[in-house]
Parts: sequence; C-alpha cells; structure tokens
Amino acid sequence: MPTVTVRIPTPLRSYTDGADELRAQGTTVTEVLRALGAAHDGLLPRVLGPEGEPRQFVNIYLGSSNVRVLGGMGTRVKDGDIISIIPAVAGGAHESERPAPRRT
Amino acid sequence: MKAKDLLLAELKSEIKEVTPREALTLQSRGAALVDVREADEIAQGSPSGALHLGRGFLELKIEEAVPDYARSIVLMCNGGMRSLFAAENLKRMGYSHLHSMIGGFSRWKAEGLPFEVPTRMDTNLRERYARHLVMPEVGEAGQIKLLNSRVLLIGAGGLGSPAALYLAAAGVGTLGLVDYDAVDRSNLQRQILHTDARVGTSKVASARQTLEALNPSLKVKSFETRLESGNVEEIFKDFEVVVDGSDNFQTRYLVNDACVKLGIPNVHGSVYRFEGQATVFWPRYPKRRGPCYRCLYPEPTPAELAPSCVDAGVLGVLPGVIGLLQAVETIKILLGIGDLLVGRLICYDALRARFTELELAPNPNCAYCGERAQFPGYIDYEKFCADAAT
Repeated sequence: MPTVTVRIPTPLRSYTDGADELRAQGTTVTEVLRALGAAHDGLLPRVLGPEGEPRQFVNIYLGSSNVRVLGGMGTRVKDGDIISIIPAVAGGAHESERPAPRRT
Repeated sequence: MKAKDLLLAELKSEIKEVTPREALTLQSRGAALVDVREADEIAQGSPSGALHLGRGFLELKIEEAVPDYARSIVLMCNGGMRSLFAAENLKRMGYSHLHSMIGGFSRWKAEGLPFEVPTRMDTNLRERYARHLVMPEVGEAGQIKLLNSRVLLIGAGGLGSPAALYLAAAGVGTLGLVDYDAVDRSNLQRQILHTDARVGTSKVASARQTLEALNPSLKVKSFETRLESGNVEEIFKDFEVVVDGSDNFQTRYLVNDACVKLGIPNVHGSVYRFEGQATVFWPRYPKRRGPCYRCLYPEPTPAELAPSCVDAGVLGVLPGVIGLLQAVETIKILLGIGDLLVGRLICYDALRARFTELELAPNPNCAYCGERAQFPGYIDYEKFCADAAT
C-alpha cells in the first residue's frame, strides 16, 4: 500500500502533537486521511464533513492540485505523494491583539 | 513653388487625410494614433491614448509599438505637415492603412477633443526612481504609470505595513489606507509603519506620517473606519488594486465580494505563526480565469477551528515576507508585466524555509464570480461568520 506524506496546517497541529508532517498509508486520499484520523483523535472532523467530503473552509491538495479538480476524495495516491490540508486563514494585520471583532 | 510644397502636394495625393474627429473615430475602432511631435511639444498635451513616437525615432520604434502592418494608423503632428512626411516613411516600411491628421494637435485641441498633459518627471523624480528607469520593464512609461496609480490597503498592520512602505517607495502615486484601530505597543513587533512614540494614536495617521516622510510626493487617502457593506463601494471605487491585509473573515468576504463586483484585483495575504499564504483573486484577469475567495472557501472557518492569534501568535518577520509578496504582485498588476499569482497560491513555511505552490481552480458555479452569476448583493457578514461558529 502506498505511503503518503500529509502536511498538517498550523491550526490543526494541536491534534498531531505539534507534528507538521505525518506519513500514512492508503490507496486513495480518503483512505490516507482515515488512517491518519484513526491515529489522531479529533483531527478528521476538522477536515472532513459527515459525508467524508472536505469541509467548506478546507481544501485538500494532492501534489499541487485540489482533489476537487482531480477525482475527488477517491483519487488514487501513489508512494511518495504529498497531501496538503489548507484551511482558510484570516490572520493578518492585528489579529494577535484581539479575537474577531464584534460590532455593536 | 518650393520643393517642399511640391512634395507635400504629392504626399497629399498619396496619403489619406482625416479630420481630428475622423481620427478619433478611427482610434475608437482600433487604429493607432501616433503623435510624431518632439518631446517638448508632447509635454504640453497629446490626445488621450496616442502613442508618443517622435519623428527622430519613429522608424526605429514603430514596429515594436505597432507590429501589425495592416493595422490602421493615424499620424499626427502639430499642424498636419510633419505627419505627412512620417506617413510616407511608414508606407515605405510596409504599413498599408495610413492616415495623416489635418490641422494636427492645434486643431484637435481647438475642437475640444480629449487630450492629456503627460506626467513629467523632473530631475528629482528621475533621481529617485533611477533604478526603475534603467529597467526596460519599468522605464519612464512604467514609472509614470506607477505615479498615476491608486492602491487601497485594507489594514495598516502586519501585512499592510511592509506593503505600504514598499509601494510608497516604488512611487505608487496614491495609497488609500483603511483601518479604524489605534497603535498598540504589541503591534510594534511587526507593524513597521508605527513607532513607540505613536502608541495610542490612530493607525492611519501614524501610517501617513511614516509614508509621507519616506516619499513626500505620495498622496495618502485615510479611511479611519470599519469597512462595511454600506461604505465598501464608496471607498473602493477610486482604486485600481486592493491589497487585503485584514485580520478577520468578515472583512475577507466583504473585500472579496466588492472586488468581484467592481472587477478590482484583490491581492490577498494571510499569516499564522510561522506560515503565510499569498495569492491574487482576480476572476477578470485577462490572461486566465482565476478563482475568487468564495470559489475556494464558500464558508468561513468556525471559530473553534480558527483559534485567535491571541493564543496562536505570529512570528513578527513573517508578515514582512507575505506583505512584500503582495507588494510585488501589486506593482506587476499596475505595470502589466509578468505572470500574476492568479489561480496560484504561494504557501510559505518559515520553519522549514519552504515555498509551496498550489493551483487554485475557479468554481464555474460560484455564486459571485461564476459564469452565470448575478451579483447576489452584500450579506450580513457578521451573521455569516457567527453562524459558521455554531
């Protein structure tokens, strides 16, 4: 079974003991992520919806292409492939000083 | 009759002459209007959109400016004679659709047709931008474009600071700044527009002070307000490029929606701890169809999955890297050079010192930029993002 590297974005590293890359086995993108989820509690629900599709604020890339434009989550992977999980990040100007503003 | 008059009479029989109004019509249908006068004459004004190719260099430069020998060309000078001589030479070079404008610029101006007085670069400006002027990709024409351009920065913070400083240094003529915040001491670790002495003062005022000190000819337009559905178009309408350095999803979606509606390129950057991202959202990019922010992220990240930077922090230097990628893309857009980050996301991992490029595909069914999309209107962004949190 192919072994694939999965890149974990900073906001999700609390579920991977701080690891920024993990290796997992599977023949499709879904299988690799499920294997990862089995080993890291809480990670998968942040990435995949109940139907197993990437959530609306997350994109999953195989190599440099979004799995949505490939064969979806069933896209087959091969040994040495890289999967990247890319969530929307708002951060920029002065986020560190306060959480998202609340207008009154 | 003098030889000159004989020659002119002969040329008039060979070259079709048109009035300034006819020239304007031809120009609007795609003809090249070529002003062959000397630089000092052109400095007094020249028809809008005319190519400035003085007679001295006309034959050397025309093929670069008008590569198609079959394209219609209207030559013009100040009175209508030099343009006839110029037309004769272009005819010999193989140009087939040549016209000479009767009465030249004098008559064009007298008839009230549109003209522009080109920006002149004085010695001071030439010295300041000397390293741009020697680059063929910028040159005098490019520098003048920058001097006449208008860029809006959302946020005078971590990303906006380096972007604004370099855009001001590069000679972008007008910078708009939107920020309602005051300078906090904890900003100074990365927001290099501000200073310790200005802690507690308005960010846009502090930014203006720094930017005007760097480049006194810069015009700064301050918008000390929150960007909202009600003011976004009024603020955006005068700008050519928007640089998004905002810090929350509400603003990200609002900036996206307004940019898509108005057709303005949205130069996007975001940072988080040691990681940053940059891209250009511009569905109308002439070279290829790229996505908008909503194609990528139809919904915002729920709060529990996006811990605030109060907990997360950001490496102070990181927004410098990302903000400058945004500045570079902005300059390229303004100059019309190179290949933009449209449809491409640059991810920078500072700890691994690694840049990764990902392809961003547009969503043809996107409600905002999709092929058949009708702008759905601005939404309640506060609610939209709050709902995502539940």
